[in-house]
This record gives sequence, structure tokens and C-alpha cells, in this order.
Amino acid sequence: MTTTTATDPAVLRALLDRVRAGREFGANVYSTLDVLQVLYDRVLRITPETVDDPDRDRFLLSKGHAVAGYYALLAAKGFVPVTWLDDQGGPDSRLGDHPDRLLVPGVEIGSGSLGHGLGLGVGTALGLRAQGRFDPRVYVLLGDAELDEGSNHEAIAYAGATGLANLTAIVLDNRSASHGWPGGAASRFTVNGWTAATVAGRDHEALHTALTGHDNHRPHVVVAVVTDGE
Amino acid sequence: MRDTFVATATAFLDDPRTAIVLADISAAAFAPAAARHPDRVINVGIREQLMVGVAGGLALTGQRPIVHSYAPFLVERAYEQIKLDLDHQGVGAVLVSVGASYDRAAAGRTHLSPADVALIDTLHDWTVHVPGHRDEVPGLLRDVVCGQDSAYVRLSTQSNARAYPDAGDLRVVRDAGPGAPLLVAVGPVLDQALAAVADLPVTVAYTHRPRPFDTAGLRALAGAEVILVEPYLAGTSARVVGAALADRPHRLLTLGVGRSELRRYGTPADHDRWHGLDAAGLRRSVDAFLSPVLA
Repeated sequence: MTTTTATDPAVLRALLDRVRAGREFGANVYSTLDVLQVLYDRVLRITPETVDDPDRDRFLLSKGHAVAGYYALLAAKGFVPVTWLDDQGGPDSRLGDHPDRLLVPGVEIGSGSLGHGLGLGVGTALGLRAQGRFDPRVYVLLGDAELDEGSNHEAIAYAGATGLANLTAIVLDNRSASHGWPGGAASRFTVNGWTAATVAGRDHEALHTALTGHDNHRPHVVVAVVTDGE
Repeated sequence: MRDTFVATATAFLDDPRTAIVLADISAAAFAPAAARHPDRVINVGIREQLMVGVAGGLALTGQRPIVHSYAPFLVERAYEQIKLDLDHQGVGAVLVSVGASYDRAAAGRTHLSPADVALIDTLHDWTVHVPGHRDEVPGLLRDVVCGQDSAYVRLSTQSNARAYPDAGDLRVVRDAGPGAPLLVAVGPVLDQALAAVADLPVTVAYTHRPRPFDTAGLRALAGAEVILVEPYLAGTSARVVGAALADRPHRLLTLGVGRSELRRYGTPADHDRWHGLDAAGLRRSVDAFLSPVLA
């Protein structure tokens, strides 16, 4: 079963504007939108009705600051009521500047401090495997600057060495790491035995191919490059 | 205690919910268990942040993780993972450490962890066990692993001569009668505490569970003088005792490991002496504290 309902970009933009409420958002908010659309439209097997199904796919937003598009998409897909988008970050809002899994249906992890999602994703993948659940897959979205955090490299090395086949990392590469990743972000994964695809982060077909390109024997990384400033 | 822990935790693997997460420490001891349950005995290598993150992820899928390493690497190095990957996600794990304050005194500061319980105590609703004898380990471990919440179990090579497996709540070991000064010993400092006050009219109570502290038992036993002896940072439980007795005039003496870095090696017994936690040192502190009432 794959959800194929395409999100209308105009609807998504309108929902994002509702979150934005006149505020200025950084480029990271917009650079994540395309990946999120492809994931929720065409890849992730999860619906508002299956948020507690143990056999659902897991999407872990590790770069928790990229939250506005995430909330807009969760509203577009019916995980949260659209009215929740108003007064985001306000005293009575359930939607903070970083997501909280205990407050927002469909959110798998609370994130914000960088470098926690991939370790949680490795543990989630191990838990599913221990339970004999070989169908669901774990997707973790990181940023290229987030890769600075050493905790990621503990997870990358371990997942690669043990062939954690049900894990996909997505690195949204908007070239924001202060010291860069000479040779490309993907090489940090492939040297540890991951399969990798580096694609244009706004090309939905290329993203879809990359996000479904795992070989079921090794962990997979998709580096989505977004350099157009938005 | 470590051998008892390994045997007990290995037996828990019969429950398919149980998972053991290691970062090389004790991996050899768990090797037979790992051979039988390769998906649920997970050694991530020397990666403590990942160890706790993995525990959080396992718990998110419904597993019950037991996480084990040296105390400073488990609690201090991975503190943010404990705070965020467990507590903030709303999931629990059982953390089991070895090393205690200075079990490997000759290893120096890097392997000493007197502040571990105080750090865990910054978090909400954790259960903390500090067993004083290996025979206390199986029962308390079963209690916390069978629960859902987070717990910290602090194992040590230091031990009392006798086990009190049921001493989660305060257990009176020596009763000096109503109104007598009360000494509460936590974990493996009981024997030296008993020796220190052997000829004094002091009631001695023991617990291996400083959190949640048995405040009802404390209120039932405490008079105007309370002495707390803990094998980790001095004063760690002062706030709990102070709050429990807030409505009563009382004096509190908190004894434990000092904050200064001694930069000395030696043995655990040497460090007990240097921190005033041997019988003679405890006696000096107790005499000074009680001199106004026992003079």
C-alpha cells in the first residue's frame, strides 16, 4: 500500500502561509518542502488512521527547526487540524518551533537539538527488526549542517557496519555547514557501507527514485541538494 | 554485583520485549546471551551517545531497553541523550552502571563518577537503586525492568556483609528508640556507618532506593537530628529530606563524596578515608554533629 495522493502545491503554500502569519522564514523551511511532499505523497506508508500501527513506516524529522513545512504538510494530510496552524508557537498552541511527539499526532520524535534523530532512527530500525517487522522502513531527515554533530557519525558507522537494511537517512544539503563536506555528504555514509544517491532536492521524480532506491541489504542515504537559496 | 546483573539481565531476555544495549563494556560477559538473541543484545561499540539513542528508538517501538556501561560514560557523557532521547520522547529505559564513585580508584578521574545520581536527580520521576549487596540486585532489577518508567541502577564492587533485598523503603537495622538521632545509609556504606555509631544511641536505617526516597518512612523514624550517608556526591538527597521534614524543626548532616578532585589513585578504601566515609571519618562527623545533644 502506498499513499499516492498528491499534495496540491498551492494548498501547501497556503497552509505554510497560515503557519508563517507574516513572519519571515529562513531558506531551510522552503528547502525541505519538496522532500516532504514526495515522502508523504509517494513513499511513506502512513496515514492519520495508522499513526499507532506498529507496521507503519516511520518518518523522523531530526532537523527539528524545519518545522513550518512539516506542520503544513501534516495538516494537508489530515494528521492535525488545519486550525492548529494558527498561533503556532503561542501559549496554547501544540505546535512549537520544534516538534513534540507527545503534542502532535503523526510526529514520531521530539527534536530540536541537532544530532538526535539518527540514533533514535537506528534504535527504531533495530526494534522493528527484533520484532520481525521487516516491512516498515525508517526514514530520518537531517541537514548537512546537522552532520557536524558527532553523534550522527556514531550512528552512520554502526548502521553501515551492521548492515541495518531498514534505515534511510535523508540529508537535505542546502550547503549550510560552516566548514562544508568536501567530497560531498554522501561519502561520509558510503565509506561506511551505505548505498547512496545524490539528487536535486526540488526534482520530485529524482527524489522519488532515490527515496525508493534502497537495496534491502544495507542502509541507504539520499542527499537532496538545494542550492537555489529558497 | 556485575556478574549477578549479567545473569539476571540475560534471564530477562526470555521476555521478547527485553533488549540489552551495550557500548563494549561488559560485552564479553553478555556474549553468550548475544549469541542466543543477536537482535536483542546490541553492542554499538564505544559509542555512548548512540547507545542511549538506540535505547530511545527501541523503546519507541515497544521494547524495554537495559542500557549498561561505566557510570561516567553512561550518565555524564550521554546526559543529553538521556534527557531528550528517553525523557523528552516519553519513553523509558533501565540504565545500569558499574564503577560507582571510585571503584577503579587507580584509573583516575576519567573513571570516577561521584555525580551520577545527582545528575539523574535533575530528571523527573526516575527510580534510582544503589544496591549494597549482590543479592539485592535480582529483585530490584526485576522490579524496574518489569515497569515502564526509567530507572538508574548503580552497581559497585563495594558491598555490605549482609543483603537487605526488600529495603527499597527504609529498613531499620538498628533501633535506638523514639526520638533518637536517625542515620540513613544508602547502599554499600551501611557497614561502615553501623561501625561508626556502634556505641552511640543512634537509630540506623538502610535503603538501596534513594529515588523515590521513602519519605513516609523517614517521617516515621526521624527525630530532630538526621544524618544521611550516601556513597556518591555529598548532599545529593538533602533536598528530598529537607522537603520531607519541612514542617518540623530538625538538623540535617549530609555525608558523602566531596566535590573536589583529589588527583590521587589508591584503592576505594583510600578514597573512603579521604572523603571521610570510612568508619573513623563518619564517627568524627557524627560526633561533631551530635555534640550539642549527646554531650
